[in-house]
Amino acid sequence: MTDSKYFTTTKKGEIFELKAELNSDKKEKKKEAVKKVIASMTVGKDVSALFPDVVNCMQTDNLELKKLVYLYLMNYAKSQPDMAIMAVNTFVKDCEDPNPLIRALAVRTMGCIRVDKITEYLCEPLRKCLKDEDPYVRKTAAVCVAKLHDINAQLVEDQGFLDTLKDLISDSNPMVVANAVAALSEIAESHPSSNLLDLNPQSINKLLTALNECTEWGQIFILDCLANYTPKDDREAQSICERVTPRLSHANSAVVLSAVKVLMKFMEMLSKDLDYYGTLLKKLAPPLVTLLSAEPELQYVALRNINLIVQKRPEILKHEMKVFFVKYNDPIYVKLEKLDIMIRLASQANIAQVLAELKEYATEVDVDFVRKAVRAIGRCAIKVEQSAERCVSTLLDLIQTKVNYVVQEAIVVIKDIFRKYPNKYESVIATLCENLDSLDEPEARAAMIWIVGEYAERIDNADELLESFLEGFHDESTQVQLQLLTAIVKLFLKKPTETQELVQQVLSLATQDSDNPDLRDRGYIYWRLLSTDPVAAKEVVLAEKPLISEETDLIEPTLLDELICYIGTLASVYHKPPSAFVEGGRGVVHKSLPPRTASSESAESPETAPTGAPPGEQPDVIPAQGDLLGDLLNLDLGPPVSGPPLATSSVQMGAVDLLGGGLDSLMGDEPEGIGGTNFVAPPTAAVPANLGAPIGSGLSDLFDLTSGVGTLSGSYVAPKAVWLPAMKAKGLEISGTFTRQVGSISMDLQLTNKALQVMTDFAIQFNRNSFGLAPAAPLQVHAPLSPNQTVEISLPLSTVGSVMKMEPLNNLQVAVKNNIDVFYFSTLYPLHILFVEDGKMDRQMFLATWKDIPNENEAQFQIRDCPLNAEAASSKLQSSNIFTVAKRNVEGQDMLYQSLKLTNGIWVLAELRIQPGNPSCTLSLKCRAPEVSQHVYQAYETILKN
Amino acid sequence: MIGGLFIYNHKGEVLISRVYRDDIGRNAVDAFRVNVIHARQQVRSPVTNIARTSFFHVKRSNIWLAAVTKQNVNAAMVFEFLYKMCDVMAAYFGKISEENIKNNFVLIYELLDEILDFGYPQNSETGALKTFITQQGIKSRHQTKEEQSQITSQVTGQIGWRREGIKYRRNELFLDVLESVNLLMSPQGQVLSAHVSGRVVMKSYLSGMPECKFGMNDKIVIEKQGKGTADETSKSGKQSIAVDDCTFHQCVRLSKFDSERSISFIPPDGEFELMRYRTTKDIILPFRVIPLVREVGRTKLEVKVVIKSNFKPSLLAQKIEVRIPTPLNTSGVQVICMKGKAKYKASENAIVWKIKRMAGMKESQISAEIELLPTNDKKKWARPPISMNFEVPFAPSGLKVRYLKVFEPKLNYSDHDVIKWVRYIGRSGIYETRC
Repeated sequence: MTDSKYFTTTKKGEIFELKAELNSDKKEKKKEAVKKVIASMTVGKDVSALFPDVVNCMQTDNLELKKLVYLYLMNYAKSQPDMAIMAVNTFVKDCEDPNPLIRALAVRTMGCIRVDKITEYLCEPLRKCLKDEDPYVRKTAAVCVAKLHDINAQLVEDQGFLDTLKDLISDSNPMVVANAVAALSEIAESHPSSNLLDLNPQSINKLLTALNECTEWGQIFILDCLANYTPKDDREAQSICERVTPRLSHANSAVVLSAVKVLMKFMEMLSKDLDYYGTLLKKLAPPLVTLLSAEPELQYVALRNINLIVQKRPEILKHEMKVFFVKYNDPIYVKLEKLDIMIRLASQANIAQVLAELKEYATEVDVDFVRKAVRAIGRCAIKVEQSAERCVSTLLDLIQTKVNYVVQEAIVVIKDIFRKYPNKYESVIATLCENLDSLDEPEARAAMIWIVGEYAERIDNADELLESFLEGFHDESTQVQLQLLTAIVKLFLKKPTETQELVQQVLSLATQDSDNPDLRDRGYIYWRLLSTDPVAAKEVVLAEKPLISEETDLIEPTLLDELICYIGTLASVYHKPPSAFVEGGRGVVHKSLPPRTASSESAESPETAPTGAPPGEQPDVIPAQGDLLGDLLNLDLGPPVSGPPLATSSVQMGAVDLLGGGLDSLMGDEPEGIGGTNFVAPPTAAVPANLGAPIGSGLSDLFDLTSGVGTLSGSYVAPKAVWLPAMKAKGLEISGTFTRQVGSISMDLQLTNKALQVMTDFAIQFNRNSFGLAPAAPLQVHAPLSPNQTVEISLPLSTVGSVMKMEPLNNLQVAVKNNIDVFYFSTLYPLHILFVEDGKMDRQMFLATWKDIPNENEAQFQIRDCPLNAEAASSKLQSSNIFTVAKRNVEGQDMLYQSLKLTNGIWVLAELRIQPGNPSCTLSLKCRAPEVSQHVYQAYETILKN
Repeated sequence: MIGGLFIYNHKGEVLISRVYRDDIGRNAVDAFRVNVIHARQQVRSPVTNIARTSFFHVKRSNIWLAAVTKQNVNAAMVFEFLYKMCDVMAAYFGKISEENIKNNFVLIYELLDEILDFGYPQNSETGALKTFITQQGIKSRHQTKEEQSQITSQVTGQIGWRREGIKYRRNELFLDVLESVNLLMSPQGQVLSAHVSGRVVMKSYLSGMPECKFGMNDKIVIEKQGKGTADETSKSGKQSIAVDDCTFHQCVRLSKFDSERSISFIPPDGEFELMRYRTTKDIILPFRVIPLVREVGRTKLEVKVVIKSNFKPSLLAQKIEVRIPTPLNTSGVQVICMKGKAKYKASENAIVWKIKRMAGMKESQISAEIELLPTNDKKKWARPPISMNFEVPFAPSGLKVRYLKVFEPKLNYSDHDVIKWVRYIGRSGIYETRC
């Protein structure tokens, strides 16, 4: 009875002693020795040296000793595979034992020994045990199939164990069914495509029957499996729901949560007009509330899940606010989660109570909790307009407490309240200003500065206040610096007379003394704006800001839907899809809610449409090109490739047969051509950080302006087209176009966040393409992109990236990454962005080249509906770097001889025949790489017609 | 599924370590110790993710139980399993302590082998487990074939919680209705939230495989019956209660409860928790606390607390304890109370006022003067709520057991022969009044 003594042997020579004891003749002594070995193993000592001695004890009648030896075997067999073989005989023999407990023990243990040679011997006993007369053996064997599959999946398939396992789903014993379901579900996870579980109405019915009879754990396995099924219509969904609802009264919280998962998922298919739908909603609330009287760890799991449920179907718990009130003795993790849910449930009806609670919480001890409570008060103000005034006065009370972190947090949220209700609560500014000195956190300082700048006209000493921040400008964080810059510019625009000096000072600090490109760029933009057109500056800087949205931290809908399918699991605790924390292929199959079926309102909301795709089938954005896609996936989304093409070999491999003779020229044997394009424009699109929404939108106007100017000298710019619809990219919509201005190519992008989540950490990368287009600078999205916000970015491109011929030639595959995921799309770029500025050929040269290029390389095209005269056409083309070398008039037709050069040095010669009065003209192109002709022709057409 | 299960003492030394899955290595044992047990900061979550490995933990006194996984497991199930594991251990060797775990480590390994297979929880009913795993080692030699198959069919069977062939000379059962009443009250006496969470615990010593049916004054049932016969509604004018939600032991037929709201089951032998329930309406709050806190200058607080008992004068409440928090900078306290004993406990920052017994509809009062040390701490005292503990001999929810019928068709004893005992105990849960 006093086994603890085994833990205390720490003598030297212990192993040697144990060895002697293990080989003792006395049974008792042997057993004692094995216990000592296990105790040493537990605390982490290496006792593998005793392997043969321990295994020798295996042949025994004493079941307890046998179990101990097995335990040892499971631990060390892998390190001593050859010795482990010694054990096989005993296992095989035990599998024939008349005692079912011993048969099961043998098959259970054998599956845990991960040694190939043992696995071979396992197959026969396992086959027998799967058909054993005793249910205890069968249920153990069912799990063993999953173990074996983990060691050697192929073997399990070859031996036909999967079919036997499927048969066990119809077993008469509920526990066997449950274990078979668990094993099959796990195996199916690693073969997402196979239809292993083969759920159909008949098998579902069997599962539902077993559900009533098996242990609590078995019920969980079955419910989790049911959740993967998609009923064929709403009637089937309803009948399953009806049979699952009794589980909501189970004492085991996991059974309840798994039942909730099934119901939440299948509810999606039910029409809201159905009476049953309402009944079900009502049935869901009480068990969820009951989960909150469980032990704290389970409460935590439940609260994380309720957080999801409240976002998906707020109606379920809308009357249950009180149960989420924080108790003084709740563990901190429970408190924080409850607070989160309280805010989500806050409404006009209960706001008074909620506020009273929040105020109470704001005086607690835990700093994180207090901060969150203060923030929650701000969120309530934004969410429930009627309460805003009360919230503001509560916040003011809290500021009076002078507790440093409370004050700072309060100021951050008051800024948001100002954003939501402009010109309403400015009376509090004076109080805020009193606390200026105590602010030491960047976020609070930035918020305060924003307030001062925004309301500069009402704060008498705004200039003094801002000036005081200016002293330590370089020690401030970027957030504060940017805010300070903007605030002082605002102040200057409002009170230009007194603050000229201040604005000069901040502009020079930002532009000359700072290493931060964002700050510098913003500084320059303001400087230029102010110096060229103060009126425009006013319009830009003091533009009216869009109101901030009510719900700021909702989970993005597609992710939410996915997480609903994972209720009860770790994914729902982390609020992340399993792929974010599970290694390898397991469990990364995307799950989605079933679509509403045809019998109910079919096209209820467009959002549900995409989730209707069969699970696991993600829309392919890029045409499947096998390993090509692989290349793109492997691209490093860090800084762009700036060096020369790295993968020359693959270029040749890809190009030899495709490009034939044109290879040399395409590869750029005229380096100066490439050199010409090497100039990389500095990133001009410094979108200001922080309060991005207002300023960002103001600035985008500014950019429109510059690009408008640009079109006069640059080549034709097509209007932006949607490249990546939001549906395919978890809410990120990308549209864009390509431009070429004074020698530099850029990709003008417009990123719109149509999700509910803030997007950050943008990066872009191109796949190898025909002309080596690559980003010349990282994708600069400075501020997090908040929901419904759009940002315009001009991404400078270089043509020194890796080259690979694409089909079509001007195909560009792009990967864009953000904090949510990586998205892929492909687009076609117009060839004229590649026409370089020095593409004008000397006349003699032109003649010689024209003759030199074989006639079979000549291609002829008709450009219809283009009623331009030669002059107009020529000048139009010139602006896109197609140069007229010579002009002739032959038989009333104008002949334009033109040349252009691509970034990789390929020359294209053209003859354009224009007949006055005839809207069509004829274009003959000659080029050493004839495959570009088609695209040059398209470029001609676009340029001439626009 | 669960990849491994570790038990540590308070120092972080491993007492039990069982790995079920190949993806969990020995380093997981250390990762948890370093990142959670030895972490400087207070634990912020019962689920921790360290290097793509998730750790679930619960603590029992100073023992840590941790389950480890690398997969997207059912988190609720893992915690339920850990609790169950604690129950099973407690049922075998009592309190979960380092000493007991070390003394029983062989047994624990055996249990872990039985109740968790490849990380899947298996039958964990102590009743069933005890038939073949005992502290004295395994009874294997002396079993007959019938006994063995009886064990296996019980472990895997539909009624896994009860074995056949149980015999008692005296058929007896005990029902305990245990309620904990929770309250959060504002200083002005407004009820912010109140609920009762109750449990019906049954101890049964019945022969054979008895069918039981349990009835209580559930509003839904009473109203349903009322519809049938009009006179009965007038007759059973007694109170019924609205149960917000209830959950049952796995022996209760849930589908039957869902359709007919009747609670029928074959009970496990001995003690078990038949049901848990929660009510929020018409709760009898046994005590009312009326606080009065006055700050006299910066260095003195005057506190007066009145408690009123609010139940039948014939009943007696017991073990009454009122805990009045005091500020951290308290230097001295003077207390006067009319009844019981009151003491200032500096280590707990509270005045603890204890009264042994108090009848219903009575009132008692305590007043205290608290001297404070002057501080320049800007932060105000958070004023934690005044909490109360007590025990009363009735169910604050108003729940009444109407019947518990026992049928055993095979053996010759009837419902009348069973001796039944019913007891109601109401205890304070979190019973707080803000001040």
